[in-house]
Amino acid sequence: MQDFELEKRKYVLGGAVILVIFVYIMRLFSLQLTSDDYKARADSNAFMRRIQYPARGAISDRNGKLMVYNQPAYDIMVVMREQIGVDTADLCASLGIDTAWYKRRMDEIRDRYRNPGYSPHTQQLFMSQLSAQEFSNFQEKMFRFPGFYIQKRSIRQYNYPYAAHILGDVGEVSPADIETDNYYQSGDYIGKLGVERSYEKYLRGVKGTEVLLRDAHGRIKGRYQGGAFDQKPVPGKNLMLSIDLDLQALGERLMKNKLGSIVAIEPSTGEVLCMVSSPTFDPRQMVGRQRGKKHRELSADPMKPLLNRSIMGQYPPGSTFKTSQALTFLQEGIIDPYRTAYPCSHGFHYKGLKVGCHGHGSPLPLIPAIGTSCNAYFCWGLYYMFGNRKKYPTVQDAMTTWKDYMVSMGFGYKLGIDLPGEKRGLIPNAKFYDKNYNGSWNGLTIISISIGQGEVNLTPLQIANLGATIANRGWYKIPHIVKEVQGEPRDSVYTRRHYTKVSPQNYEYVCDGMERAVLSGTCHSARNPWYVVCGKTGTAQNRGHDHSVFMGFAPKDNPKIAVAVYVENGGWGANYGVPLGALLMEQYINGHLSPESEKKAEIFENKEISYGTYAR
Amino acid sequence: MAPMRDNQKKGVIQSVDWFTILLFLVLLGMGWLSICGACYDFEEDINLLAPGSRTRLQLMWMGVACGVGTLVMFTDDRLYDAFAYIIYALLLVLLFITPFLAPDIKGSHSWIKIGSFSFQSAEFAKFATSLAIAKYMGRYGFSLSGNWRNFVGCLLLIMLPMGLIVMQRETGSALVYFSLFLMLYREGMPGSILFSGIAAVIYFVVGIRLADVTALDGVTSWGEYLVIMLTLLFTAAMLYIYEPHSNSEREAHLSFYRRYQMMFEVITYGIGITALASLFSVYVRAFNVAIVQLIVTGAIIIRLILAGLLRSVYRYCYIGLFALGSLVLFYSAHTILYHVLEEHQQKRVLVLLGLKDDPKGTGYNVIQAQIAIGSGGLHGKGFLKGTQTKLKYVPEQETDFIFCTVGEEQGFAGSAGVLLLFMVLLLRIIHIAERQPYAFGRIYGYCVFSIFFFHVLINIGMVLGLAPVIGIPLPFFSYGGSSLIGFTLLLFILLRIDAGRNRLRR
Repeated sequence: MQDFELEKRKYVLGGAVILVIFVYIMRLFSLQLTSDDYKARADSNAFMRRIQYPARGAISDRNGKLMVYNQPAYDIMVVMREQIGVDTADLCASLGIDTAWYKRRMDEIRDRYRNPGYSPHTQQLFMSQLSAQEFSNFQEKMFRFPGFYIQKRSIRQYNYPYAAHILGDVGEVSPADIETDNYYQSGDYIGKLGVERSYEKYLRGVKGTEVLLRDAHGRIKGRYQGGAFDQKPVPGKNLMLSIDLDLQALGERLMKNKLGSIVAIEPSTGEVLCMVSSPTFDPRQMVGRQRGKKHRELSADPMKPLLNRSIMGQYPPGSTFKTSQALTFLQEGIIDPYRTAYPCSHGFHYKGLKVGCHGHGSPLPLIPAIGTSCNAYFCWGLYYMFGNRKKYPTVQDAMTTWKDYMVSMGFGYKLGIDLPGEKRGLIPNAKFYDKNYNGSWNGLTIISISIGQGEVNLTPLQIANLGATIANRGWYKIPHIVKEVQGEPRDSVYTRRHYTKVSPQNYEYVCDGMERAVLSGTCHSARNPWYVVCGKTGTAQNRGHDHSVFMGFAPKDNPKIAVAVYVENGGWGANYGVPLGALLMEQYINGHLSPESEKKAEIFENKEISYGTYAR
Repeated sequence: MAPMRDNQKKGVIQSVDWFTILLFLVLLGMGWLSICGACYDFEEDINLLAPGSRTRLQLMWMGVACGVGTLVMFTDDRLYDAFAYIIYALLLVLLFITPFLAPDIKGSHSWIKIGSFSFQSAEFAKFATSLAIAKYMGRYGFSLSGNWRNFVGCLLLIMLPMGLIVMQRETGSALVYFSLFLMLYREGMPGSILFSGIAAVIYFVVGIRLADVTALDGVTSWGEYLVIMLTLLFTAAMLYIYEPHSNSEREAHLSFYRRYQMMFEVITYGIGITALASLFSVYVRAFNVAIVQLIVTGAIIIRLILAGLLRSVYRYCYIGLFALGSLVLFYSAHTILYHVLEEHQQKRVLVLLGLKDDPKGTGYNVIQAQIAIGSGGLHGKGFLKGTQTKLKYVPEQETDFIFCTVGEEQGFAGSAGVLLLFMVLLLRIIHIAERQPYAFGRIYGYCVFSIFFFHVLINIGMVLGLAPVIGIPLPFFSYGGSSLIGFTLLLFILLRIDAGRNRLRR
């Protein structure tokens, strides 16, 4: 009954089994062992990485007064894949937006060009920084809007209306920010200006992630392995500014309705004690959803309130610059502090060239020349220096030597303050004049640089730093606005002394000159019973009315503060520069203003300089 | 007589195939681990033995299955032969009344509820049908070759339960009965029938699945192209296989080429011209290559039939008709599906046949299944650590897609191991079937083989994305008491019959 021919068919059937199993094992091999793609897809299915935002570092002044802190705000996030079928009209009504805005925002989110990190499965920022009130209104209705989530964030809050330029602000990251630093993703905040920007890496902290499990319906099923892979957010570091808030407040008060800048530096440390740029704005306006609108308004203002004039404004330093000239001439041996005296007949007259001066005795040696701010003295100095062919074979050599002195005093290049946007000013060099005058020029051609006019431009910060350098008798530390980053060692960049090319002895002569200016010269209104002030006025000529400038420090011995005041179109240096500088010194050194000074401060607070509408 | 006495003494315990029982227990154990993986929930951190949990229920079903298996061992093996038709008839009645009693569960009327338990009658019809057909074919003098009535009788025995199961809207379970053609093949059904059937399924699956996919030239449909190509290949293969092995002297001296001339003609003209036309279409000017293929194939069919008639070599005619039938089948199915049926009907047919995945038509289920398996890597993610299955990305993960859990949690090592275990089991069943002294046992053994093979082939193939999505369980792995007990009965009745193989009958 056994059919042996048919029995052979068991091999066909057995072979079919082996073949099928072999094919299936090959398939398993290709699925499981040849690529990690499936693993990645399984992970992206199952794991949802929820970002936990750290608290941004707080900012305080040098005395520990809290200036900037965080306040909770609420962002509305949307997951595109999940929000299908939401009643748009209802949503818009609940959030107080119109449907056109909704449509535009949704298009923006989906636009991968503008939103490079877009994915329809992850939360995208829909609307940012709702207030607690707006949030609670929306939260009640949230169950009607699947796919919309609340992300708790914090926004900046300011205790004082001061120091807007220094503090800067935070805003949403731009696509360019995301491109350059992959720490950021769409909707994150980043410091936009001021220390918020320059200390972003310390302030922001480190984002944390929570690894959550998400099922096929998008429901969260708890933490992956009990949170073993979670990363806790690291809070941002607090900053202590070197700013003295009272001094800053006084500076801003005095500069009301005037254009210009005040910078004060502690000479021994390079710490910036105040940095006023006027006009300014209230940092509290630049928070939350009105930031964009407010920012547009401010940038359209012809007075340019967003410009930080202290480091971005480049002005002729006027007569304050004479101190640097005196130092150069002394060090180069062009003048002797006591024996050299130059004549002044209402100015510098030579070969038809005339630089005017006001009436005073003549001839004068150095110290009274600084005291009365004699133009002729410094013109003669420069003339003799640039004409000294024994010392300098060519005028270009003289120019190069002069320029090296200027650079050693911190001019012509950025000082390197820890704020974004600093300008370098302008110190001309030989090449510059060769080009401008076709190689045919001499000391007389460029005589006005000796009195801080002509091509020379400095930022108010550089002028203040000049004051600090003189106060230190020959060195400065790079001015900086952050005294301390919590838990970080001091950056040696800001603790190193930079020596100028001038000896301390020569600085003493200039200090004497500046003291003379206060005791009996142009700065006599800065004289006070408490301490000795060294000062130098400046009256910088320009297209319009002269700028009023003051540079000084106090006390003369063991100086505590160096100040530069620059009031655009303020006239004589004595009009605004000296009294404002004196008030600031008094406030800082005495800790308060005397009643008379307070009265004076009030007067200056209410003084208004009328600026035309011409383009600035 | 000594041997007889010996065998009677030995009894079931000595002669039962312990190796298969061991395989059964290993598979059962692995199955339970997979159920644990599929039912576990990260969030609730459930106790696997908690009352009412699926894991515990499955453990209970496993106990019942072992009990049923043991019980079968205590029965007399002759019982099955004797009561085969009665069991078959009872099951037919049960199948018939099921749709009237069963509630509608996802469109299917196959679950009968008794108290808090429900069972699926179709799962028990498999062993009953196997017994009945074994009895029918095992009778003395039964032969399939050349006896149409016997063949029709077999078909009737198979089609009856099939039809009743289709009435319950359990198409997947009904399709399982087609696997019995494997057994019929072993018992003498001409191989060409089996081959034609398999060829038809391949045409259908390949042709319909790839109908909308265009080939490299952007014009020709992959489905059409491949089906005609396969027709030519099958034709060539048949010409080779059915050429009589030369025992006549006249043919002995013929060269290899002359003997298989027809096959070479099909390969050179059919496949050669198609290949040239494809190259032309891809690199020179795109056109529908299928037209060229049809002309060439048509010519070959005419050549074969003419040659057959003129030279009286009728096998050429049959092979020619096979090729013609292939094309007719493919084009008529294609036409009916895409041009006669409405779109929703068309979709339904495709879903029913597993050619289109879920009603969403996104292929989501199969993709998620492959992600689950693919993410397992070499060693897998570890017991209860699979995310795809735990987080419900894989559909039907404790029943039809249970193999995903194995792939995800045990990795390549575990899933290839399970495949090898099934292979050993299937080969072992063939071995057991072949050692039966009587046709009844052998035929029943091949029925068991066919049914297990089909389940493994389709279920794992579906999960791996190689076979159509037909919802049938994986033996010993899928959750559910009915299928587990059904498979256990199927296997253990074979083991019981096998245990009595050495005893001489009256």
